Amino acid sequence: MAFPHRLDAPELPDFSMLKRLARDQLIYLLEQLPGRKDLFIEADLMSPLDRIANVSILKQHEVDKLYKVENKPALSSSEQLCFLVRPRIKNMRYIANLVNADKTAGRTRKYKVIFSPQKFYACEMVLEEEGIYGDVSCDEWAFSLLPLDVDLLSMELPEFFRDYFLEGDQRWINTVAQALHLLSTLYGPFPNCYGIGRCAKMSYELWKKLEDEEDSESKGRRPEIGHIFLLDRDMDFVTALCSQVVYEGLVDDTFRIKCGSVDFGPEVTSSDKSLKVLLNAEDKVFSEIRNEHFSNVFGFLSQKARNLQAQYDRRRGMDIKQMKNFVSQELKGLKQEHRLLSLRRCKLKYKSQFTVLIPALGRLRSENHSRHYLKKPKNKNKNRDISWPLSYAPALFFLPSGLIPKDYRSLKTQYLQSYGPEHLLTFSNLRRAGLLTEQAPGDTLTAMESKVSKLVTDKAAGKITDAFSSLAKRSNFRAISKKLNLIPRVDGEYDLKVPRDMAYVFSGAYVPLSCRIIEQVLERRSWQGLDEVVRLLNCIEFAFTDITKEDKASSESLRLILVVFLGGCTFSEISALRFLGREKGYRFIFLTTAITNSARLMEAMSEVKA
Amino acid sequence: MNRTKGDEEEYWNSSKFKAFTFDDEDDELSQLKESKRAVNSLRDFVDDDDDDDLERVSWTGEPVGSISWSIKETAGSSGSTHEGREQLKSRNSFSYAQLPKPTSTYSLSSFFKGRTRPGSFQSLSDALSDTPAKSYAPELGRPKGEYRDYSNDWSIADTARRLRKGKVCSLERFRSLQDKLQLLEEAVSMHDGNVITAVLIFLKRTLSKEILFRELEVRQVALRHLIHFLKEIGDQKLLLDLFRFLDRTEELALSHYREHLNIQDPEKRKEFLKTCIGLPFSAEDCAHIQDHYTLLERQIIIEGTFSSPVNLKKTFKIPDKQYVLTALAARAKLRAWQDIDALFTTKNWLGYTKKRAPIGFHRVVEILHKNSAPVQILQEYVNLVEDVDTKLNLATKFKCHDVVIDTCRDLKDRQQLLAYRSKVDKGSAEEEKIDTLLSSSQIRWKN
Repeated sequence: MAFPHRLDAPELPDFSMLKRLARDQLIYLLEQLPGRKDLFIEADLMSPLDRIANVSILKQHEVDKLYKVENKPALSSSEQLCFLVRPRIKNMRYIANLVNADKTAGRTRKYKVIFSPQKFYACEMVLEEEGIYGDVSCDEWAFSLLPLDVDLLSMELPEFFRDYFLEGDQRWINTVAQALHLLSTLYGPFPNCYGIGRCAKMSYELWKKLEDEEDSESKGRRPEIGHIFLLDRDMDFVTALCSQVVYEGLVDDTFRIKCGSVDFGPEVTSSDKSLKVLLNAEDKVFSEIRNEHFSNVFGFLSQKARNLQAQYDRRRGMDIKQMKNFVSQELKGLKQEHRLLSLRRCKLKYKSQFTVLIPALGRLRSENHSRHYLKKPKNKNKNRDISWPLSYAPALFFLPSGLIPKDYRSLKTQYLQSYGPEHLLTFSNLRRAGLLTEQAPGDTLTAMESKVSKLVTDKAAGKITDAFSSLAKRSNFRAISKKLNLIPRVDGEYDLKVPRDMAYVFSGAYVPLSCRIIEQVLERRSWQGLDEVVRLLNCIEFAFTDITKEDKASSESLRLILVVFLGGCTFSEISALRFLGREKGYRFIFLTTAITNSARLMEAMSEVKA
Repeated sequence: MNRTKGDEEEYWNSSKFKAFTFDDEDDELSQLKESKRAVNSLRDFVDDDDDDDLERVSWTGEPVGSISWSIKETAGSSGSTHEGREQLKSRNSFSYAQLPKPTSTYSLSSFFKGRTRPGSFQSLSDALSDTPAKSYAPELGRPKGEYRDYSNDWSIADTARRLRKGKVCSLERFRSLQDKLQLLEEAVSMHDGNVITAVLIFLKRTLSKEILFRELEVRQVALRHLIHFLKEIGDQKLLLDLFRFLDRTEELALSHYREHLNIQDPEKRKEFLKTCIGLPFSAEDCAHIQDHYTLLERQIIIEGTFSSPVNLKKTFKIPDKQYVLTALAARAKLRAWQDIDALFTTKNWLGYTKKRAPIGFHRVVEILHKNSAPVQILQEYVNLVEDVDTKLNLATKFKCHDVVIDTCRDLKDRQQLLAYRSKVDKGSAEEEKIDTLLSSSQIRWKN
């Protein structure tokens, strides 16, 4: 139980270097504004900043007071103001208001704007328009790779998803290319490169251009990481929209893991204070359960508690200090988990109703899950629980297959009535991004679906068949899932305690498409034989391989794979690939523009700001 | 896959732009760098790594290394000796204090001009030998015409590359439509959205909107960038013009409608929504927009006085279940138990009242529990659950002792009642009630 790493697993490169680099660069930038200054930080940058520096470091570099960039007048009395922001228009307007107010008041101060990870011309244009270009100095803090864990690097750019996949804005591609360039400078060249997706290809091309332009010192270096795989989020929306059932994914869905840590409110900690817990490989208990299917976690934890109890009993003879140590370290963590779990128990029940989205598409298993699920999209005023949070309800029906127009309209109407008519903008966005498709008339059930629907001997069978047909029509996804065997055949129960494939991250019902693609390509070391899949993904032009004959690469490095998710990845995908790594003796390193899940994807589509 | 240097060379050699083949120059420059490094005496003021920064032109085209700049530079106290790598990295900074120090006669254009092959090139030290160590008024002696020379002569590829690197770079020399479009295409082929937007900002400023729209219509990537840019800076007028030009009527309508989100005042919002009603939305959205308007209109009329949810329900054709769920949760939050009672009470034609819940009473109970209704209230509704097993489960779950006990009695299930006895508090009224039942001779227990 709890997956240990294989003994022969390759060592991971040391990514803490990235933190030091970012910190040093920030310090350097702060020193560019000598003397005491107040620092205004954008809310979204606070957590990442917390992970690499702390207040005392800032204080050491003459930062006096810290403010949050928000829509309030600044009360700072400092003579020097420094802004640490994402390159966003609204930040520019905020700064402009502040500077112009000072000007009106006849006050002169020094202003410095530090853009992270880079500045955009549109921002400068606003500064110019507002008449403060030249009054403020601008700098860039190229902090685009935050190691959240030993094997997880995040760019912490959730807006990447909306900007690129909804708006078609390629502004972050350079940021990605720069980040990859930095990685190859630090960890050597990547002898084997693969990718799929339009954005992946563009990022790759720009990255290679950067490498060509600068005679990068990495060229002669020994590669530390043997493979890199770039993948666009829109290759696989389905996986990202599924509710998660591996422990870490579940915690993310329920509590939102933010920058590698989670805030437990008073209702979880059962005290007045909320508690911030860092979730990573350093937390022993957590790292043992993070990749587990949640159904195993209860048992595992109580077993663990019993073991501890036994240990505890045995150690009666410990002196006070040892005992204290023991209690404070081992038990504390455990208690937290327990508390966390007890709270989650009720939530789980509620969520498991629509846990497994996928079986509905391929195959019906006689589980309540799928049946429950199937009722939802079709519910026709039946059992519709409008207390669903905004984010979950759409996830149910924004399937790649498309809904029949009648269902689509009725659901949309109910949704708008429940959440506000302005969400028709959300619907329009979902369509534009390809997250929501309405099916064309005239589609019929496939043989497989008819067969499956016959298996259902429930009295609701008729209804299910209807819903089923409305869900699973006209989808490339279906063909892909067949081609790649995403819905594994299971004889008898799928033993979640002993996972046999990556499908365990979705209760044995579905292998994440994204991970399967990666697995297949790595096996072949190319896209050969996957032509049909590539065609179905509409990616004939955007699937690429670039293999350099590299004798310098050690066999160890060739088992390290950097997977780059453009547009975000989920903890389920991470767990699935960690599993694959253990099976095959690889080790995966993840680079994502941000951690995502169904709720975040949906929110990114909303025009209505909560 | 990559555009190789060869490609670029071919482009430049075949291009009608009489460019000064940059790649060659690059080589030349790198040689320059070499020799530069050799000239130790120049270290102080020669920027070790970067020749590009010799001339600075602000993004709008003004040369930065000018007098006013120099004055600031002299006045400024900021460090002139520590020129670390880091500083170079942040060279796109507009802080004047950080600009590398130019030297008087040392201009790139002088290297380029009239020079053909690297062979004929003199060493840098020659070119610079007459340079005074530090001169902060470098532009004074230079003829004005030279500015154009060096600031405008970046080739299209180089301009795009400089933009990508965040370096200052004038776009003013791109005056012909063809030049502008080539620059745009170069930016698009480089994939960097920031550069595409930069070029678009320039095109928006220097082209009439008809021409701009016409050219972008056939350049979808750039078009998407312009649309996003206009959305972001809130240039609603131009955005709507653009959609109108492109004949994207639905997007036009949605974009217009979107604006209401920025209007706080309810009366103004309503008036605004009224203007949305006739717009070319899709058929289904038309109805939603109409609803939205009617809703706001009503909200304003109501203004704190009594509003009839039933009426709203009728107007907006809200299905029974949805209505009940909403009303139930809302009333429960206000702890208005009587209203809830009324919600489920129906009268038949004889005047008898009956309790009916379109969503099923088991769900009513769940919702009430979620809103922490007291046991007495819960009990009332648990009792209304038809299915006995469900009722028993719910009653046990929510500790509605009376319901459990009564149900067991009705089921004549002595065993279950006995089992339940252990779950109630010792000496409580419930325990007493169970004991009375268990000892009653009137009931014929089934077990």
